[in-house]
Amino acid sequence: MAGMPLLSLVTFLPLVGVLVIFFISDETELGLRNIRMVALLTTVFTFLVSLLIWAGFDTSNPGFQFVEEAAWLGGGLTYRMGVDGISMLFVILTTFLMPICILASWDAIKDRVKAYMLAFLILETLMIGVFCALDIVLFYVFFEGGLIPMFIIIGVWGGKRRVYASFKFFLYTLLGSVLMLLAIMAMYWEAGTTSIPELLAHDFPPQMQFWLWLAFFASFAVKMPMWPVHTWLPDAHVEAPTAGSVILAGVLLKLGGYGFIRFSLAMFPLASADLAWLVFALSVIAIIYTSLVAMMQQDMKKLIAYSSVAHMGFVTMGIFAANVQGVEGAIFQMLSHGLVSGALFLCVGIVYDRLHTREIAAYGGLVHNMPAYAVTFMVFTMANVGLPGTSGFVGEFLTLMGLFRVNTWFAVFAATGVILSAGYALWLYRRVIFGALEKETLKSLLDLTTREKVLLYPLVVLTIFFGVYPAPVLDVIGPSVEALLVDYNAALQAAAAAGDVAAQMN
Amino acid sequence: MTAQELAQSLVIAAPELLIAIGAMALLMVGVFVRKESANAIVTSLTVALLVAALGWMVFFAPMGPAFGGAYVHDAFTFFMKMLVLIGSIVALVMSVGFAREEKFDRFEFPILIALSTLGMMLMVSADNLLSLYMALELQSLALYVIAAINRDSARSTEAGLKYFVLGALSSGMMLYGISLIYGFTGHIGFDEIAAAVTGGERSIGVLFGLVFLLTGLAFKISAVPFHMWTPDVYEGAPTPVTAFFAAAPKMAAMAMLVRVVMDAFQPVTADWQQIIVFISIASMVLGAFAAIGQRNIKRLMAYSSIGHMGYALVGLAAGTVAGVQGVMLYMAIYLAMTLGTFAFILAMRRKDEGNVEQISDLAGYASNNPLMAAILTALMFSLAGIPPLAGFWGKWYVFLAAVEAGLWPLAIIGVLSSVVGAYYYLRIVKIMWFDDAEGRFVAPAGELRLVMGASGVFVLAYIVFGGPIAAYAEAAARTFF
Repeated sequence: MAGMPLLSLVTFLPLVGVLVIFFISDETELGLRNIRMVALLTTVFTFLVSLLIWAGFDTSNPGFQFVEEAAWLGGGLTYRMGVDGISMLFVILTTFLMPICILASWDAIKDRVKAYMLAFLILETLMIGVFCALDIVLFYVFFEGGLIPMFIIIGVWGGKRRVYASFKFFLYTLLGSVLMLLAIMAMYWEAGTTSIPELLAHDFPPQMQFWLWLAFFASFAVKMPMWPVHTWLPDAHVEAPTAGSVILAGVLLKLGGYGFIRFSLAMFPLASADLAWLVFALSVIAIIYTSLVAMMQQDMKKLIAYSSVAHMGFVTMGIFAANVQGVEGAIFQMLSHGLVSGALFLCVGIVYDRLHTREIAAYGGLVHNMPAYAVTFMVFTMANVGLPGTSGFVGEFLTLMGLFRVNTWFAVFAATGVILSAGYALWLYRRVIFGALEKETLKSLLDLTTREKVLLYPLVVLTIFFGVYPAPVLDVIGPSVEALLVDYNAALQAAAAAGDVAAQMN
Repeated sequence: MTAQELAQSLVIAAPELLIAIGAMALLMVGVFVRKESANAIVTSLTVALLVAALGWMVFFAPMGPAFGGAYVHDAFTFFMKMLVLIGSIVALVMSVGFAREEKFDRFEFPILIALSTLGMMLMVSADNLLSLYMALELQSLALYVIAAINRDSARSTEAGLKYFVLGALSSGMMLYGISLIYGFTGHIGFDEIAAAVTGGERSIGVLFGLVFLLTGLAFKISAVPFHMWTPDVYEGAPTPVTAFFAAAPKMAAMAMLVRVVMDAFQPVTADWQQIIVFISIASMVLGAFAAIGQRNIKRLMAYSSIGHMGYALVGLAAGTVAGVQGVMLYMAIYLAMTLGTFAFILAMRRKDEGNVEQISDLAGYASNNPLMAAILTALMFSLAGIPPLAGFWGKWYVFLAAVEAGLWPLAIIGVLSSVVGAYYYLRIVKIMWFDDAEGRFVAPAGELRLVMGASGVFVLAYIVFGGPIAAYAEAAARTFF
């Protein structure tokens, strides 16, 4: 395998599918079938190839692996790709969720199938690129480029208020990102490079770190999303088609968390330490406030969207706790949330496809005629709550432990979020699944089809597997996180020592 | 000037000479061929002429100063003249179908384009204030006539008149500024002026002259607060004329502005920098906000072009190598995007109503013609500056220069107004993709499809092949330092 540009291959494989689909006519039924098949095969194949990355990944090496370099636009901009323990599993998560999204849209999308599949495949390339890019400008290109297909996906195939939601999604995230763009430019002039490994090694002056941190924060906080800039998320989620919600919750929200770890924490350690209180405060507010909001929702998707904001609160908290438990827990929480929230949106999509409503009040008693559905939905509800034995538990526990070591009070408040999440998730489950099957419209609903089982069962297995045995994931992320934190603490100590010297000088 | 110097000068300026002689010859051709076919024949001959001039410039024309320092051809002028010529050629090619359909068949149109192109090339190459003014007037006079060429239409005539009155006013101010500069420095050559103001020893008179000169130049690139004519002229002129206005003259005027401030007034950067920063901010903000309410797509493009000139000026405000490089790349990318967009506007034809111009006419276009809609979508996102499309790289280079120069307020206001600007580009995408179809357009003519395709490829693929262009622009920018 040596010498093969595996990361570029995985990143740009979906574009091959784009080319093929581009030349298939969508005039006939056969053509539509072929378009769907090509999209599915491309994503499955991409997933299989991406497994080679995991297979060839050296867990003892904390640095970047599979590094590729090629000349690009000049002026310091180089095409650099590489993954380490922090980013590698996000690549796998993306390639894993993509075939599921294509399958979930198999029958649900009837209008402009070709454009839909093209948008999803382009989106896949851009998302994988974000995690693989080792040049900060390349990162930005992938990071922002994802807005275009997502805007189209929400706006064309979304629900009633799709136009409002797509504009809000686009402009909110763009507004956050342009400030980051200026920060990237400032870093370029300061460090003279756009290479991420070199920027990681560069010590930015403390005052500059402060401003850069804020600029990056503006972007990632919107993407994450953190309270109070989270309001685009429920709108976008509710109006997006099912697969769009899965990608949004599963991968796009993780871009913010990934960015916090890779850039904010690793490149601006002094500012991160100084401003950690801000993140903690916002995270705790997010956890408690959005959990309460989630409880009051009438719309299933909106409920899950708010619960996502709450869960992301744990992630930001864990990251800026800046200890091994916190950061590892945050990464694990993101991966787990990618599976679980994606699965929950699929579950909502399944009943939505049958009844075309997401009103919680329209359901009730589904356990009687959809037992298989009830069981899978329960597994994901429990994982969302963070029940021990599911993957949701590991991440929440680790982040809380990490935060506890830093600040007990914030940890106490954050822990109430676990209880609140049990409140809204279980209540949702009771209202939809349990009770008597009284409504006439529900009586004719059929249980999961084979296609839907193929979608959901792998997610069930993974959710439980990683809940019981998280080691394969933690082994991958461990060394890189430790290396990151060693640098982080060294930078803090150096600054403290410099501060002491300055104090003595006075 | 000796005979040998004259001969050398003529060789350097051969592309311009070719156009000048060719345009006059074509005027005769136009008179003597049959009236029905005159436009078609002269248009194709003019395109051939401009292509020949472009080819000559690329392959044969040597670089260097000419005509005793009145004219210069270097890497910078080479780059900008390429843009001017490409803009003119494409605008002419795009006018063919329109002329056929709309009875817009005056053979003077291509000749006037050739003459104004000649003026633009001389503007780019002008190396003293006098040749600058002469070139500018040649260009402007041709443009006044072109703006009003559809003389049976009240809108077109109004546009031409408005443009003429305001243009004459700005030319007058500029001439006044030139006379002040000449009076207080005693020179008209850019290098001599630079030498005279070196060391910060500039009198208040030079400063006045500089302000008047910049006013005139700002008018030509339609920067705020001298932009009033743009929306009316864009809307009133026939669409091929608007396409031409949006492309080539902007390139030439921007090149001229860059040369004046970077060459003649580089020693007093602080004096003009604040003016450029102000008009840049004003243009970006006005371009972003005023476009939101527009219903007519040509008017929208007018405000969009005002905004884009503001972004290009961000690079100039930095006054560094990176800044000039940024301006050049921004203009090149803007040219590609704007030509593609106007090709599309020209293709907005209905069978029964002819050309339509309302943005709402685009409703549901994506379901009728997904490929064309996809290209226009890419162009819109590119105009909004979203990566990985070309428009992003234009913004990247100019803002990179502004950040290097520490112009933080300019950079921050700039990127924020780009978010506002994104709104109205998104609105076009929304109308095409999200709304229901109202009617079909007729299939676009071959040349329009070609232009759209080429600009779509440029916008999508710039990220792959942009390296050499950026490298050339950087080398060209260094000629000023």
